[in-house]
Amino acid sequence: MNEKTPLIRLAKREDMSKKKIWMIRLLALAAAILIGMIIFAIAGANPINAYGTMIASSLGKKSGIRQVVKNAVPLLGVGLALAPCFRMRYWNIGAEGQITMGAMAASYFALYWYAKLPSAVLLLVMALAGMLFGAFWAAVPAIFKARWGTNETLFTLMMNYIAIGIVAWLQGGPWEGKPGSQIIPMFDSKAVLPKIFGVHCGWILVLLLVVFMFIYMNYTKHGYEIAVLGESENTARYAGMNVAKVTLRTAALSGAICGLVGFMTASGVNQTLYSDVAGGVGFTAITVCWLSQLNPFAMIVISLLLAILSRGSSGLQTALGIPASISDIITGIILLCMLGCEFFINYRIIWRHKESSGKEASV
Amino acid sequence: MTHAVELKNITKRFGSTVANDKVDLYVDSGVIMSLLGENGSGKTTLMNMLAGIYFPDEGQIFVGGKEVSIRSPRDAYENGIGMIHQHFKLIDVFTAAENVALGINEGKYDLKKVAAGVKEISDKYGFGIDPDKKIYEMSVSEKQTVEIIKVLYRGANILILDEPTAVLTPQETEKLFGILKAMKADGKAIILITHKLNEVMAVSDVVAVLRKGQHIKTVRTEETNPQALTEMMVGRAVSLNIDRMEPKDPKPRLTVAGLTCRDSEGVTKLENVGFIAYSGEILGIAGIAGSGQKELLEAIAGLRPISSGSIIYTPEGKIPEELVGKTPMEIKEAGVALAFVPEDRLGMGLVGGMGMTENMMLRTWNKGRGIFVNRKEPEKVAEQVYEFLEVVTPSIDYPVRKLSGGNVQKVLVGREIASSPSVLMSAYAVRGLDINTSYIIYNLMEGQKSKGVAVIFVGEDLDVLLQLADRILVLCDGKVSGIVDARTTTKEEVGLLMTQVGGGKDAN
Repeated sequence: MNEKTPLIRLAKREDMSKKKIWMIRLLALAAAILIGMIIFAIAGANPINAYGTMIASSLGKKSGIRQVVKNAVPLLGVGLALAPCFRMRYWNIGAEGQITMGAMAASYFALYWYAKLPSAVLLLVMALAGMLFGAFWAAVPAIFKARWGTNETLFTLMMNYIAIGIVAWLQGGPWEGKPGSQIIPMFDSKAVLPKIFGVHCGWILVLLLVVFMFIYMNYTKHGYEIAVLGESENTARYAGMNVAKVTLRTAALSGAICGLVGFMTASGVNQTLYSDVAGGVGFTAITVCWLSQLNPFAMIVISLLLAILSRGSSGLQTALGIPASISDIITGIILLCMLGCEFFINYRIIWRHKESSGKEASV
Repeated sequence: MTHAVELKNITKRFGSTVANDKVDLYVDSGVIMSLLGENGSGKTTLMNMLAGIYFPDEGQIFVGGKEVSIRSPRDAYENGIGMIHQHFKLIDVFTAAENVALGINEGKYDLKKVAAGVKEISDKYGFGIDPDKKIYEMSVSEKQTVEIIKVLYRGANILILDEPTAVLTPQETEKLFGILKAMKADGKAIILITHKLNEVMAVSDVVAVLRKGQHIKTVRTEETNPQALTEMMVGRAVSLNIDRMEPKDPKPRLTVAGLTCRDSEGVTKLENVGFIAYSGEILGIAGIAGSGQKELLEAIAGLRPISSGSIIYTPEGKIPEELVGKTPMEIKEAGVALAFVPEDRLGMGLVGGMGMTENMMLRTWNKGRGIFVNRKEPEKVAEQVYEFLEVVTPSIDYPVRKLSGGNVQKVLVGREIASSPSVLMSAYAVRGLDINTSYIIYNLMEGQKSKGVAVIFVGEDLDVLLQLADRILVLCDGKVSGIVDARTTTKEEVGLLMTQVGGGKDAN
């Protein structure tokens, strides 16, 4: 080869073993942690100490673990909700709004029906109302998409702001507690989800949802329809699938689960309703969904990881005075490394040969 | 003597597969060379290395006797090498001149100068291209000519054409060959990738044959013949015959009358189409690309709304039924199968990311009660197709996207045949397949015919339609311009009907 050979060349690879793929992913995670150390050093803390504090505050104490689980539950739930949409290549980024609407519908019953119903029935009604409203909120853009081919990405996004706006109005208007307080009153204890092992029982619900979603996506007719439609609308039509129906049904299912998460958050965590009830979960869950490559079981791990990071960094703030937003930076770095490592799984890098018969170095 | 371009000892590997193995090849100026080889023999890979898309792992490339390093398409252009790809890389809303100007990076953007240059090249070779015409107003053949001008404008002396005739009518093909000969006379070196042996014989001076990534031989065209070339390609003697039998006991199976279809924008795609497809017969459908072939099959399969007309289906020993108004699923259940191979080979009828089993499931996913899909049945069908059609795949769960083109098409056609249809519609079933694999597919069609199936076969290659079909229906602009007997008609007659020049029997 002459010296004009390009310094770096890329070649597609398809022959990597599963073991090696996971090795690369682990290495990427390790790299992210190492880069995180540099960030800590810049922020003026001892990196080892910082990681230690993060782990101690999130996993070291019972209260920490509870907090982690509490944070992971909505992430996992919404991640599961988004999975079928993303498998269908339907970009539902309106989970925020669907959570908010679900929370709103549940809150209506919590605020105005608590005296008329026994606790178990009330909670059930709240859950169903939340699912129904979440589904409705997700169905609106899906109907437009199915009938007029509108862009669901923008549509679902815009629906978020409408939902948040509606709740903000309720908060300051019809549902306001003390006049002028801009706060909706706390729920009656009958409308609060019971605790199991110190965390509201939603965590059992989302674990059941994991199993449900795994089976739904991999073994059912619906799941098959979603997968085919995601790959090719033409093929789906060819196979006799009703594209509009599948789109609508999947979006509604997604919205229903988001609505359920909204109910759990309002009832189990906040015990009231406010406009920031979703609190960015709808967006963070997109990360959960993609990092787990739409695998429901992997989502458990990823949502816990993100929850540990977020809990750990608030511990960091109290213990070491490092801003909590550092967790966002670390999360971003992990995400970048995880997504970036897929490149090395799919491509081989060939460096220019050192000598004419030099061995190919590949990364 | 220095060659226009010479490859020496070129090797290219993808992972553990060797796409090109120590290839030595050269072309001289003023020569048209055909590059022949089965699918996966490494033709395109080899040419992509000349065009700067891949970089060879080993070996050298010489242009005009000087060693060069082609690292990008721009390097290729600078060395005077231009490739015309099968799928045009043109922007529809731009004019010919604007498309040529794209990507040229010399001084300031001067469209007038480019237009003048386009005009000059067009006049020189007799292309007859108007530089200010928009691409979307052009015919397929004109678009191809713009691609050629694009390459010539950048000063290419070595032109590579990847299956240029696949999209052309016989008349347009003749015209293209005229252009190639004019360029040859002008001293250009031309490399033609093709599967059609009659074209190889008609236009090229030398033929280079690749097999399994290795250069087998380069021969002078006048010293060889199609049979010898095929044997070189395949590596053993093969028969290139279709045993066309007389239709046995033909009965009307599908009676289409007055079929009219419009697309969502109200444009008429099919107009008053009428014909009868008989059992035990292959009805070929010919036409320029986009004359309504796809729409016709989709309308019959229930995938396209029908404005007016009727499609009467008469299954063996059953009472006739109307298909218009039925869902695609009902039509499929009734025994009308469609195997459509779109341009990208996947995308319609197959799911690239899924394995054979899950692709077989596309036919049966909705069967059975309950909410779960049945995997057993499609798995059995996949095994059958795998064994019977000798599909080359590591496993029946291996994503079909990663299979070679021929195998993808075997999966598709095999699935439809496995459902024992009584009407089998197939479109472009051999799209991009090499000769050997194509004949396997033709013989599958013939086999279906002998079982009494009414086969409707949309094809691109007229020579094949003439050999394979019993009757040929010619579509032109969504209308039937004629139905001819394939045994007595000529290529010219069908070619004329395709453009309706000279008028078909019921032309308007």
